Amino acid sequence: MSAAAAKATAAVPSIPRDDDGPVFRAPWEAQAFAMALTLHERGVFTWTEWAAALAEEIKRAQAAGDPDTGETYYLHWLATLESLVATKGVTSTETLHRYRDAWDHAADRTPHGQPIVLQAEDFAR
Amino acid sequence: MSSDHDHHHHHDHSELSETELRVRALESILTEKGYVDPAALDAIIQAFETRIGLHHGARVVAKAWTDPTFKEALLEDGSKAIGTLGHVSRVGDHLVVVENTPERHNMVVCTLCSCYPWEMLGLPPVWYKAAPYRSRAVKDPRGVLADFGVTVPKDTEIRVWDSTAETRFLVLPMRPEGTEGWSEAQLAELVTRDSMIGTGFAKTPEAPS
Repeated sequence: MSAAAAKATAAVPSIPRDDDGPVFRAPWEAQAFAMALTLHERGVFTWTEWAAALAEEIKRAQAAGDPDTGETYYLHWLATLESLVATKGVTSTETLHRYRDAWDHAADRTPHGQPIVLQAEDFAR
Repeated sequence: MSSDHDHHHHHDHSELSETELRVRALESILTEKGYVDPAALDAIIQAFETRIGLHHGARVVAKAWTDPTFKEALLEDGSKAIGTLGHVSRVGDHLVVVENTPERHNMVVCTLCSCYPWEMLGLPPVWYKAAPYRSRAVKDPRGVLADFGVTVPKDTEIRVWDSTAETRFLVLPMRPEGTEGWSEAQLAELVTRDSMIGTGFAKTPEAPS
């Protein structure tokens, strides 16, 4: 495990892990983890800020009926990323939605088996 | 994670789950704004390569090698048979297990969307996602296998399977010789990811690495 990842797991005790470090259920979870690691290294937030925002997100989800079985942990992680980048002025919720729709469009027009690449036309809708 | 598991059942184009769309949206924005470098991100993810997914594939293969009834059920209906093991929450709707024999070697090509059975195998290797691998694997499977240092006997047929959003494939490699009487746990150690994609063989007892 890298020093950065070790620091993150130490600062955010809720991260699912085993003796050797964090574990992920799916590739996208590792992607979301890696993005938080990178943003932290860029100084966008401290781990203390992150842990507080994540705890807030989990509390909100539980209040809304999240079963909290651990399966949804990285969904909360992703939601925290989305809200923190908006609060920190990195981007806006509107932009996130626009790019999400653009990726959806890109997947739709990409023949099965080809790499999915975002293009300008995907935004023109 | 139910939203992550909904497929729209289209055959002709790519699929990304709602969660994958959000992750990709975030990544492209952060990349465009210079906050992340996709290569650096990939490097972090690759460092966790062995820690993504549940890696049940090797156990399933080892069980099939030792339990003929399970093997028969597995080849009949992969998802159903794996479901009976109890510890796999989800392996996709249609996981098809194809058996390697002296007569036929199976190899799976990916489709770059959500078709790779990572619940069974962990993270896909980077080369597996590359367009050249996929197109070459279909045209020249023997050449691709040679690149991996894998030689399949001339009279063995090579069958290439193309995953779709609905059907994903797992190769049941041949049980290595010299493993008579081995336990399931011992056998599972010999099952590599590449052997379950068909770009390798299971390890042999003489050459443990």
